[in-house]
Amino acid sequence: MALKTDAVGKSWPAFDYEIGREKIREYVNVMGIDNPVHVDAAAAKAAGFRNIVAPPMFVVVYSAGAMGPVLFDPEVEMNFAAMVHGGQEFQWGEPVCSGDLITTTPSCKEIYEKDGKGFYVFETVSVNQDGAQVVHATWTNIVRGV
Amino acid sequence: MSELNTGDSIEELKVTPDKYVPHRYAGATGDFNPIHIDPEFAKMVGLPGSILHGLYVMGLVAKTSAGAAGGDPRALKSLSVQFRGMSFPEQEITITGEVTGVEGDQVTVDVVAAQGDSQVIRNATAVLEIPPG
Repeated sequence: MALKTDAVGKSWPAFDYEIGREKIREYVNVMGIDNPVHVDAAAAKAAGFRNIVAPPMFVVVYSAGAMGPVLFDPEVEMNFAAMVHGGQEFQWGEPVCSGDLITTTPSCKEIYEKDGKGFYVFETVSVNQDGAQVVHATWTNIVRGV
Repeated sequence: MSELNTGDSIEELKVTPDKYVPHRYAGATGDFNPIHIDPEFAKMVGLPGSILHGLYVMGLVAKTSAGAAGGDPRALKSLSVQFRGMSFPEQEITITGEVTGVEGDQVTVDVVAAQGDSQVIRNATAVLEIPPG
Protein backbone atom coordinates (compact mmCIF):
# COMPACT_ATOMS: atom_id res chain seq x y z
CA MET A 1 0.00 0.00 0.00
CA ALA A 2 1.47 3.31 -1.08
CA LEU A 3 1.81 5.96 1.56
CA LYS A 4 -0.89 8.60 1.27
CA THR A 5 0.73 12.01 0.89
CA ASP A 6 -2.31 14.19 0.05
CA ALA A 7 -1.90 16.21 3.24
CA VAL A 8 1.60 17.52 2.43
CA GLY A 9 1.47 21.31 2.41
CA LYS A 10 -1.92 21.43 4.11
CA SER A 11 -2.60 23.88 6.98
CA TRP A 12 -5.24 23.51 9.64
CA PRO A 13 -7.17 26.16 11.56
CA ALA A 14 -5.29 28.08 14.24
CA PHE A 15 -5.90 27.13 17.87
CA ASP A 16 -6.10 29.75 20.64
CA TYR A 17 -5.00 29.02 24.21
CA GLU A 18 -5.01 31.47 27.11
CA ILE A 19 -2.12 30.85 29.52
CA GLY A 20 -3.21 30.43 33.14
CA ARG A 21 -0.96 30.49 36.19
CA GLU A 22 -2.56 27.43 37.80
CA LYS A 23 -1.88 25.29 34.71
CA ILE A 24 1.75 26.44 34.88
CA ARG A 25 1.79 25.46 38.57
CA GLU A 26 0.43 21.97 37.79
CA TYR A 27 3.04 21.52 35.08
CA VAL A 28 6.04 22.62 37.17
CA ASN A 29 4.81 20.52 40.10
CA VAL A 30 4.76 17.29 38.10
CA MET A 31 8.09 18.11 36.43
CA GLY A 32 9.73 18.99 39.75
CA ILE A 33 10.79 22.45 38.54
CA ASP A 34 11.18 24.69 41.58
CA ASN A 35 12.17 28.09 40.15
CA PRO A 36 9.85 30.71 41.78
CA VAL A 37 9.48 32.60 38.45
CA HIS A 38 6.95 29.90 37.47
CA VAL A 39 4.62 30.44 40.46
CA ASP A 40 5.29 33.87 41.96
CA ALA A 41 4.48 37.03 39.96
CA ALA A 42 6.80 39.22 42.05
CA ALA A 43 9.73 36.83 41.53
CA ALA A 44 8.95 36.63 37.80
CA LYS A 45 8.84 40.41 37.42
CA ALA A 46 12.02 40.83 39.46
CA ALA A 47 13.69 38.47 36.97
CA GLY A 48 12.51 40.63 34.06
CA PHE A 49 9.41 38.73 32.92
CA ARG A 50 6.06 40.42 32.20
CA ASN A 51 4.26 37.99 34.57
CA ILE A 52 4.54 34.43 35.90
CA VAL A 53 6.44 32.65 33.12
CA ALA A 54 5.87 29.16 31.71
CA PRO A 55 8.81 26.75 31.38
CA PRO A 56 9.80 26.15 27.73
CA MET A 57 8.24 22.68 27.55
CA PHE A 58 4.83 24.10 28.58
CA VAL A 59 4.55 24.38 24.78
CA VAL A 60 3.00 20.90 24.87
CA VAL A 61 0.05 22.32 26.82
CA TYR A 62 -0.80 25.28 24.61
CA SER A 63 -0.13 23.60 21.27
CA ALA A 64 -1.79 20.20 21.90
CA GLY A 65 -5.18 21.54 20.84
CA ALA A 66 -3.73 22.50 17.46
CA MET A 67 -2.24 19.06 16.80
CA GLY A 68 -5.34 16.99 17.70
CA PRO A 69 -7.36 17.76 14.54
CA VAL A 70 -4.23 17.24 12.41
CA LEU A 71 -3.65 13.68 13.57
CA PHE A 72 -7.33 12.78 13.19
CA ASP A 73 -7.72 14.37 9.72
CA PRO A 74 -8.94 11.65 7.29
CA GLU A 75 -6.62 13.12 4.63
CA VAL A 76 -3.67 12.26 6.86
CA GLU A 77 -5.03 8.74 7.41
CA MET A 78 -2.82 8.13 10.43
CA ASN A 79 -2.59 4.50 11.52
CA PHE A 80 -2.56 5.06 15.29
CA ALA A 81 -2.11 1.37 16.15
CA ALA A 82 1.32 1.39 14.45
CA MET A 83 2.31 4.99 15.27
CA VAL A 84 5.07 6.15 17.58
CA HIS A 85 6.24 9.66 18.40
CA GLY A 86 9.63 9.57 16.69
CA GLY A 87 11.07 13.00 17.19
CA GLN A 88 10.39 16.48 18.40
CA GLU A 89 12.01 19.84 17.98
CA PHE A 90 11.20 23.21 19.51
CA GLN A 91 12.78 26.59 18.84
CA TRP A 92 11.71 29.14 21.42
CA GLY A 93 11.33 32.88 21.02
CA GLU A 94 9.51 35.36 23.25
CA PRO A 95 8.77 33.86 26.72
CA VAL A 96 5.18 32.75 27.42
CA CYS A 97 3.59 34.35 30.48
CA SER A 98 0.38 33.95 32.45
CA GLY A 99 -2.38 35.93 30.72
CA ASP A 100 -0.89 35.57 27.23
CA LEU A 101 -3.15 34.45 24.39
CA ILE A 102 -1.18 32.01 22.25
CA THR A 103 -2.31 31.18 18.71
CA THR A 104 -0.87 28.02 17.17
CA THR A 105 -1.13 27.18 13.47
CA PRO A 106 -0.30 23.64 12.30
CA SER A 107 0.78 22.47 8.86
CA CYS A 108 2.08 19.29 7.24
CA LYS A 109 5.67 19.66 6.14
CA GLU A 110 6.32 16.23 4.64
CA ILE A 111 5.16 12.62 4.50
CA TYR A 112 7.64 10.09 3.19
CA GLU A 113 8.57 6.43 3.33
CA LYS A 114 11.92 5.16 4.51
CA ASP A 115 12.96 1.62 5.44
CA GLY A 116 9.35 0.43 5.37
CA LYS A 117 8.22 3.13 7.75
CA GLY A 118 6.06 6.17 7.13
CA PHE A 119 7.41 9.48 8.41
CA TYR A 120 4.85 12.23 9.07
CA VAL A 121 6.41 15.61 9.77
CA PHE A 122 4.19 18.42 11.03
CA GLU A 123 5.05 21.98 11.99
CA THR A 124 3.36 24.38 14.37
CA VAL A 125 4.06 28.06 14.76
CA SER A 126 2.81 29.76 17.92
CA VAL A 127 2.54 33.54 18.35
CA ASN A 128 1.36 35.63 21.28
CA GLN A 129 -1.27 38.40 21.40
CA ASP A 130 1.33 40.93 20.17
CA GLY A 131 2.23 38.81 17.16
CA ALA A 132 5.61 37.82 18.61
CA GLN A 133 6.65 34.24 17.79
CA VAL A 134 6.97 32.15 20.95
CA VAL A 135 7.78 28.78 19.42
CA HIS A 136 8.38 26.97 16.15
CA ALA A 137 7.84 23.23 16.54
CA THR A 138 8.48 20.18 14.38
CA TRP A 139 6.60 17.00 15.30
CA THR A 140 7.65 13.70 13.70
CA ASN A 141 5.42 10.63 13.92
CA ILE A 142 6.57 7.29 12.59
CA VAL A 143 4.21 4.54 11.40
CA ARG A 144 5.63 1.04 11.14
CA GLY A 145 4.88 -1.32 8.29
CA VAL A 146 3.60 0.94 5.52
CA MET B 1 27.11 30.77 36.97
CA SER B 2 30.00 28.57 35.96
CA GLU B 3 31.44 28.98 32.51
CA LEU B 4 30.83 26.03 30.23
CA ASN B 5 33.45 24.70 27.86
CA THR B 6 33.39 22.08 25.14
CA GLY B 7 33.71 18.63 26.68
CA ASP B 8 32.23 19.65 30.05
CA SER B 9 29.50 17.52 31.57
CA ILE B 10 26.41 19.34 32.78
CA GLU B 11 24.93 18.50 36.16
CA GLU B 12 23.05 15.23 35.79
CA LEU B 13 19.49 14.63 36.93
CA LYS B 14 18.30 11.39 38.50
CA VAL B 15 14.59 10.96 39.08
CA THR B 16 12.33 8.00 39.83
CA PRO B 17 8.80 8.98 38.78
CA ASP B 18 6.24 7.44 41.14
CA LYS B 19 3.39 5.35 39.74
CA TYR B 20 1.01 8.33 39.66
CA VAL B 21 3.29 10.68 37.68
CA PRO B 22 1.68 9.73 34.32
CA HIS B 23 -1.73 10.59 35.78
CA ARG B 24 -0.50 13.95 37.06
CA TYR B 25 1.30 14.66 33.78
CA ALA B 26 -1.90 13.76 31.89
CA GLY B 27 -3.88 16.16 34.05
CA ALA B 28 -1.31 18.93 33.64
CA THR B 29 -1.03 18.59 29.86
CA GLY B 30 -4.34 17.07 28.73
CA ASP B 31 -2.68 13.99 27.19
CA PHE B 32 -4.87 11.16 28.51
CA ASN B 33 -3.72 8.48 26.05
CA PRO B 34 -4.65 5.30 27.98
CA ILE B 35 -1.26 3.65 27.34
CA HIS B 36 0.08 6.07 29.96
CA ILE B 37 -2.57 5.74 32.65
CA ASP B 38 -4.24 2.34 32.27
CA PRO B 39 -1.87 -0.66 32.73
CA GLU B 40 -4.51 -3.13 31.52
CA PHE B 41 -5.08 -1.16 28.32
CA ALA B 42 -1.30 -0.90 27.84
CA LYS B 43 -0.95 -4.70 28.15
CA MET B 44 -3.83 -5.20 25.73
CA VAL B 45 -1.86 -3.32 23.05
CA GLY B 46 1.30 -5.31 23.72
CA LEU B 47 3.18 -3.11 26.17
CA PRO B 48 4.60 -4.47 29.45
CA GLY B 49 2.54 -1.94 31.43
CA SER B 50 1.73 1.74 31.37
CA ILE B 51 4.57 3.81 29.98
CA LEU B 52 5.75 7.35 30.69
CA HIS B 53 4.80 10.11 28.26
CA GLY B 54 7.71 10.72 25.87
CA LEU B 55 7.16 14.46 26.24
CA TYR B 56 7.45 14.09 30.03
CA VAL B 57 10.93 12.63 29.55
CA MET B 58 11.69 15.39 27.03
CA GLY B 59 10.56 17.81 29.77
CA LEU B 60 13.17 16.31 32.09
CA VAL B 61 15.77 16.76 29.33
CA ALA B 62 14.71 20.43 29.00
CA LYS B 63 14.85 20.91 32.78
CA THR B 64 18.35 19.39 32.97
CA SER B 65 19.53 21.50 30.02
CA ALA B 66 18.11 24.74 31.48
CA GLY B 67 19.73 23.72 34.77
CA ALA B 68 23.11 24.25 33.11
CA ALA B 69 22.08 27.90 32.70
CA GLY B 70 20.95 28.30 36.31
CA GLY B 71 17.38 27.25 35.48
CA ASP B 72 16.61 30.46 33.56
CA PRO B 73 13.66 29.58 31.27
CA ARG B 74 14.92 32.16 28.71
CA ALA B 75 18.21 30.32 28.31
CA LEU B 76 16.87 27.31 26.41
CA LYS B 77 16.62 28.45 22.79
CA SER B 78 16.00 25.11 21.13
CA LEU B 79 15.73 21.43 21.90
CA SER B 80 15.60 18.62 19.39
CA VAL B 81 15.15 14.97 20.45
CA GLN B 82 14.60 11.52 19.01
CA PHE B 83 12.48 9.10 21.01
CA ARG B 84 14.17 5.72 20.87
CA GLY B 85 12.45 3.63 23.49
CA MET B 86 9.80 3.55 26.14
CA SER B 87 10.29 4.21 29.81
CA PHE B 88 8.34 3.24 32.86
CA PRO B 89 7.21 4.69 36.18
CA GLU B 90 8.91 3.50 39.38
CA GLN B 91 12.28 3.05 37.64
CA GLU B 92 15.10 5.56 37.82
CA ILE B 93 15.75 7.85 34.86
CA THR B 94 19.16 9.48 34.46
CA ILE B 95 19.65 12.57 32.30
CA THR B 96 23.22 13.41 31.36
CA GLY B 97 24.66 15.97 28.99
CA GLU B 98 27.95 17.05 27.48
CA VAL B 99 28.84 20.40 26.00
CA THR B 100 29.70 19.92 22.32
CA GLY B 101 30.26 23.51 21.29
CA VAL B 102 30.52 27.07 22.56
CA GLU B 103 30.14 30.05 20.24
CA GLY B 104 29.82 33.46 21.85
CA ASP B 105 26.82 33.26 24.22
CA GLN B 106 25.56 30.04 22.64
CA VAL B 107 26.29 26.70 24.24
CA THR B 108 25.31 23.45 22.51
CA VAL B 109 24.72 20.41 24.72
CA ASP B 110 24.25 16.79 23.68
CA VAL B 111 21.81 15.14 26.10
CA VAL B 112 20.81 11.53 26.81
CA ALA B 113 17.92 10.19 28.91
CA ALA B 114 18.48 6.61 30.04
CA GLN B 115 16.52 4.11 32.08
CA GLY B 116 18.49 0.98 32.93
CA ASP B 117 20.28 -0.11 29.76
CA SER B 118 17.87 1.71 27.50
CA GLN B 119 18.64 5.14 26.07
CA VAL B 120 15.05 6.36 25.73
CA ILE B 121 16.07 9.74 24.33
CA ARG B 122 19.31 10.20 22.48
CA ASN B 123 20.71 12.47 19.83
CA ALA B 124 19.11 15.25 21.85
CA THR B 125 20.59 18.66 21.13
CA ALA B 126 19.92 21.62 23.40
CA VAL B 127 21.05 25.13 22.53
CA LEU B 128 21.44 27.48 25.48
CA GLU B 129 22.02 31.19 25.36
CA ILE B 130 23.97 32.28 28.40
CA PRO B 131 24.63 36.02 28.56
CA PRO B 132 28.00 37.01 30.03
CA GLY B 133 28.12 37.86 33.72
